[in-house]
Amino acid sequence: MATATFRIWRGDSKQAGFKDYTTEVSEGMVVLDVVHKIQAEQANDLAVRWNCKAGKCGSCSAEINGNPKLMCMTRLNSLPLDQPVTVEPMHTFPHIKDLVTDVSWNFRVKEKIQRFTPRKPDAPDGTWRVQQADVDRPQEFRKCIECFLCQDVCHILRDHHMHDKFIGPRFLVYSAAMEMNPIDAADRLKDLHDNGGIGYCNITKCCTKVCPEEIKITDNAIIPLKERVVDEYYDPLRRLFKIFK
Amino acid sequence: MSSIDVPLKQAGFGQTLRKDIWWREPLLVFLGYAIFIVYATWACAAGNNYLYTANGADYLSPFYSPDLFTTAPSWWPTSLIAFSMGLIVLPFPGLFRFTCYYYRGAYYKAYWADPPACTVGEPRKTYWGERKFPLILQNAHRWFLYVAIYLVFDLLYDGWRSLWFTGADGAKHFGVGVGSLVLILNPILLGLYTFGCHSFRHLIGGRLDEISKHGLRKSCYDCASGLNKQHMRWAWISMFFVGFADLYVRLCSMGIWTDWRIF
Repeated sequence: MATATFRIWRGDSKQAGFKDYTTEVSEGMVVLDVVHKIQAEQANDLAVRWNCKAGKCGSCSAEINGNPKLMCMTRLNSLPLDQPVTVEPMHTFPHIKDLVTDVSWNFRVKEKIQRFTPRKPDAPDGTWRVQQADVDRPQEFRKCIECFLCQDVCHILRDHHMHDKFIGPRFLVYSAAMEMNPIDAADRLKDLHDNGGIGYCNITKCCTKVCPEEIKITDNAIIPLKERVVDEYYDPLRRLFKIFK
Repeated sequence: MSSIDVPLKQAGFGQTLRKDIWWREPLLVFLGYAIFIVYATWACAAGNNYLYTANGADYLSPFYSPDLFTTAPSWWPTSLIAFSMGLIVLPFPGLFRFTCYYYRGAYYKAYWADPPACTVGEPRKTYWGERKFPLILQNAHRWFLYVAIYLVFDLLYDGWRSLWFTGADGAKHFGVGVGSLVLILNPILLGLYTFGCHSFRHLIGGRLDEISKHGLRKSCYDCASGLNKQHMRWAWISMFFVGFADLYVRLCSMGIWTDWRIF
């Protein structure tokens, strides 16, 4: 069995730093397996949030060698084990302990977004008729597992800490899922422009790169929303056309 | 909007725990754009060798198309800068690319380090995004798209023109030279970039929630979406090929390269 060194962030919001753990690793292990092994054998008090170990609950988000990833989906054979593997909590959210952060800001943001507002039902029995082609787009966004890796990597939140001005890629995807839904009748464009801070996004595509569900966040959600905002605020011809329509 | 009441760490410029060569991509983007911008600006300002007419050919450099003026119009500031049709044409495709969503993301990283790469610390603490002047003008992308679409068809016409060679009898005869292939391939590549543009994708159907009710627009939207998946690739290929097309016409016109006639 080979050995590898893991440099894990230990401590709480007051005092924290990296601590090295050397452990045996075997073929097929993922980073979360190693963290659990270290927790069982060397550091019983190591705090780590996890649940499904299958890349579907979005709990074990962390930064592995500086890259936001799910620990349960990062196989050791994708990492250079000849040097210490760093495992840190997400930078964008307040640190609680070891690898655990407080992601509750995300849920507070979500509460403020206009809920799904269905139009009048198409049929007397209170149901709607939609074509699959029209729900393909929102269905891509429904794959989101809310791991918040996209929020973590977004430099507007991560480096500029504009949590009070920008809702982040996750909630632009959430808004896009409802805006593009053919049944939804609400208009979120004003809120996205005025409060959501969609104009802050400068299309680095970092969010798309880290999404474990491979949602094309930038191309299919953020840019289409930006274009809808342009329709509403920056295209005088379209506005004129709408008046006469 | 909700705020966070706990101070978060601020990484210093270039600070990261990434172990890959994160600076390679922004460096290549920086060099790639710099090479093209310098060459295109020089070629457009030169005002010569943009037309190849030897052996009956009719090859016009894409940087000089449409060739609306052969001499300086009355409003051109001749005392400040020598007239060149290229300088009139260049701003339109230039601004189309400058405001393109792909290019924006790439040059914000490569030229402005905002951020230098994902999860790499930035040099500045302030951030405006695209909400204030001048970057709010990026929202004008669709207006440059309209001009870019016109230019694709204009360059297709130039490609068609390059297939007709003036014979000894003074009449036009159909033929194909290597330059014809270059001038035909150029607008095709530009079209693959232009019609995969995010704004085009939106305008052609993306803005509709029930696109299935519009059969033709749905087909166009699907095509634009297909091209959009490779938008970065077409952006680079078409950018360098349009430069190459100018270089080909220029070197043939200067007598450095020979334009081989295929038939």
